[in-house]
Amino acid sequence: MSWVLILEQLLNGLQFGLMLFLLAAGLTLVFGIMDMINLAHGSLYMLGAFLAAALVQATGSFALGVLLAVPATALAGMLIEVSVLRTLYARDHLSQVLATFALILILNEAVRIVWGTDLPLPMPAALSGPVQLLPGMVYPAYRLLIIGVGAAVAGLLYLLVARTRIGMLVRAGASNREMALAMGVDIRLLFTLLFGVGAGLCAVAGALLGPLLAVQVGMGENILILAFVVVVIGGIGSIRGALAGAVLVGLVDTIGRAFLPLLFGLFFQPRVASAAGPAIASVLAYLLMVAVLYFRPRGLFPARG
Amino acid sequence: MLELRSVSKHFGGIVATDGVTLDVRPGEVHALIGPNGAGKTTLIAQIAGDLSCDSGAVVFEGADVTRAAQHERVRAGLARSYQITSIFGRLPVLDNLALAVQARSGSSFSFWRPVASESALADEARAIAAEVGLAGREDAVAATLAHGEQRALEVGLALATRPRLLLLDEPTAGMGPEESQAMVALIERIRAQVAVLLVEHDMDAVFRLADRISVLVSGRVIATGVPEAIRSHAEVRRAYLGEGAGA
Amino acid sequence: MQRYAPLAVLVLALAFPLAVQEPYYLSFASRIFVYALAATSLNLVLGYGGMISFGHAAFVGTGAYVSSIFLAEGVASAWIGWPAAVAASALAALVIGAVSLRTRGVYFIMITLAFAQIVFFLVNSMKAYGGDEGLSLPARASTGLPVDLGSDVVFYYVALAALAGAVYGLHRLADSRFGRVIEAIRENEARAEAIGFPVYRYKLACFVVAGAVGGLAGVLLASHGKYVNPNVLHWTQSGTLMVMVILGGVGRLWGGTVGAAAFLGLEDLIANHRIDWLAAWLPDYQQHASLGVGAVLLAIVLFAPQGIAGAFARRPRA
Repeated sequence: MSWVLILEQLLNGLQFGLMLFLLAAGLTLVFGIMDMINLAHGSLYMLGAFLAAALVQATGSFALGVLLAVPATALAGMLIEVSVLRTLYARDHLSQVLATFALILILNEAVRIVWGTDLPLPMPAALSGPVQLLPGMVYPAYRLLIIGVGAAVAGLLYLLVARTRIGMLVRAGASNREMALAMGVDIRLLFTLLFGVGAGLCAVAGALLGPLLAVQVGMGENILILAFVVVVIGGIGSIRGALAGAVLVGLVDTIGRAFLPLLFGLFFQPRVASAAGPAIASVLAYLLMVAVLYFRPRGLFPARG
Repeated sequence: MLELRSVSKHFGGIVATDGVTLDVRPGEVHALIGPNGAGKTTLIAQIAGDLSCDSGAVVFEGADVTRAAQHERVRAGLARSYQITSIFGRLPVLDNLALAVQARSGSSFSFWRPVASESALADEARAIAAEVGLAGREDAVAATLAHGEQRALEVGLALATRPRLLLLDEPTAGMGPEESQAMVALIERIRAQVAVLLVEHDMDAVFRLADRISVLVSGRVIATGVPEAIRSHAEVRRAYLGEGAGA
Repeated sequence: MQRYAPLAVLVLALAFPLAVQEPYYLSFASRIFVYALAATSLNLVLGYGGMISFGHAAFVGTGAYVSSIFLAEGVASAWIGWPAAVAASALAALVIGAVSLRTRGVYFIMITLAFAQIVFFLVNSMKAYGGDEGLSLPARASTGLPVDLGSDVVFYYVALAALAGAVYGLHRLADSRFGRVIEAIRENEARAEAIGFPVYRYKLACFVVAGAVGGLAGVLLASHGKYVNPNVLHWTQSGTLMVMVILGGVGRLWGGTVGAAAFLGLEDLIANHRIDWLAAWLPDYQQHASLGVGAVLLAIVLFAPQGIAGAFARRPRA
């Protein structure tokens, strides 16, 4: 087991984690401020990926396709929020779960009707090669791009939330919704905008991961659960928590999948190791969540005191 | 009967109860008064088990119940009523009370026999309804009751568990003078069977009923004694009574 | 009149195989009974218990897999495989419930979901039993009795008996001491604890019973198709069961049954009976049936709020 391999997996984990963060950030704010469970968040991720793939095909340019897909998805998100989700804020969690589950069904089929079950989203040629990071270590350029974009967006989001007036309103809303309302914040508009931003973030993640993970109907469901796990681990309503949780989950999941089977192989027979290793690796994130909830029932950085 | 030894609770930076030490003797009605936000409801919650104690001990009839779950304390004879009415709104009055009776009469891990066949539960529930002044209202759905009736049910639920010490948290909250009189009369009726720790703002009720009074201000007990002593206590007058009694 | 409706339906159901010989319909009806059983078990924990468990598919799947594994390993007797599978589901519910019920609200939903995903991934990786391709079984379990479970008619009656038993059991449970406590907990959990009920224990018991019955449904599901596949454990399956319960009426005795019948009936209708004007507009609309399901579900949630909230409220016993 070489250092290069370990470093490579660390970077993969960071890359996955940052993308998870993009999904989790929108989700945690919706959850934290409006106390709403939105299962359809993964569908926005899928929509972003499909829009990016379609736009890349239409424009012939990866960058242009992705850049256009983001506001398009944000708009779609805001439309959904205004028409359907707004009425759910006052409802109980079960209603929210069912309604957003219904949205998943509707959106999955709608995408299938418009574009079919999958669309190709090829990696841009300019970035499909490796980059030399250290002597003796190369790493795919595209993944470096993802890390770069992810970190940049995280930084931007931090500035937005921590340093601007809007960000302050958002944080106030997350920690004490009633107070924010009492202070005269136009929560409806703030919320629609917030939702749009969240949808845009989903689109960035969907578009960037498209070349790596395949753009297909149903891609949202798998990653949605992980995004919820991140939100719960990090603490509902906390962007900082979402980042910490996302990076943690990304690293645990990636490194676990890479090294656990090997680790098991050291202690157990090959037959057991090859079965148990991947099995446990795929559930590490969930085990992590259960463990975190046991010691910190409100997550690592709960927004509410 | 009940001993609180330096009981404390804080929420983040806010200290709700701060080293509260007081006791309730068998057969007495012990009133707990103090300004809003003094920590009275928090203290009741700590005694009953809704909230945990950050430090200190709650000793009931010689047994340390500080770590005991709420339902265990109820089984031991320590029950409470709530300042903000907390009843089973969608069930009729009789079913509300029958539940409390059911809780202390045998196991409820019975999956087959209909409860309706147990007439003893219904009979006792009726008796308690009568005791709290709800005779004739047994079939009314709890949520449709008038405020005063709901407060009576609130106390009735606690009473139905046949406690030895009853923690009443502002039973007359939101009541007009007639209803308050009825509540005071109720407490007078039951004081023979059960000791009471009574949190109240209604000073008439307090001075009518209390054997002893403790005054809680900012989470600390500043005075404990018989009503006359409290009435003339300088610090109490300044902190509380001086603001205008009967608020 | 209303009292005799269930009896009438039961009589019709008993007579059904005598009147209808077509194997497709028998099989379809059996499938409805099995899903009705699963949905009813979820209704117990969701509608009666008020616990929004998003991991119920784990118990259905456990029942399906354990019974199938027994068959795959050569233990053909239903008297061994089936109780073992139900016991396994009950055990899974005990473990998952014991941990999950320490949380509440959205954390509870998430943690039940996480556990279900854990079971899903674990089963998915069991290459010995088909992994993600699933496990096909050569035959149904044998009962050792003169009646052969392999016959569709016999299976129909077994499934019907299981469903009828479960619904009747739920009926008795609702009026029992246990049922009253669960109702009180659903109505006002804090007060239930404050009048002396160890709430956690009752919720856990409810969760385990529901898990066990769900496991039975899983056993029948696997037996019906002679096939089991990890998808039966996926969280979207939990969602489907929830849809059935909502359709039929949360917290209502027949909620699971009516919901399963309505859902599967609708699904079949859309898939097999073309609506020409709809086909003219959208030629392969039948492939996209889930969009219709989603739209109907959304409409119910948005526009019939009394439907869900009202169903949560039991009729007052006057």
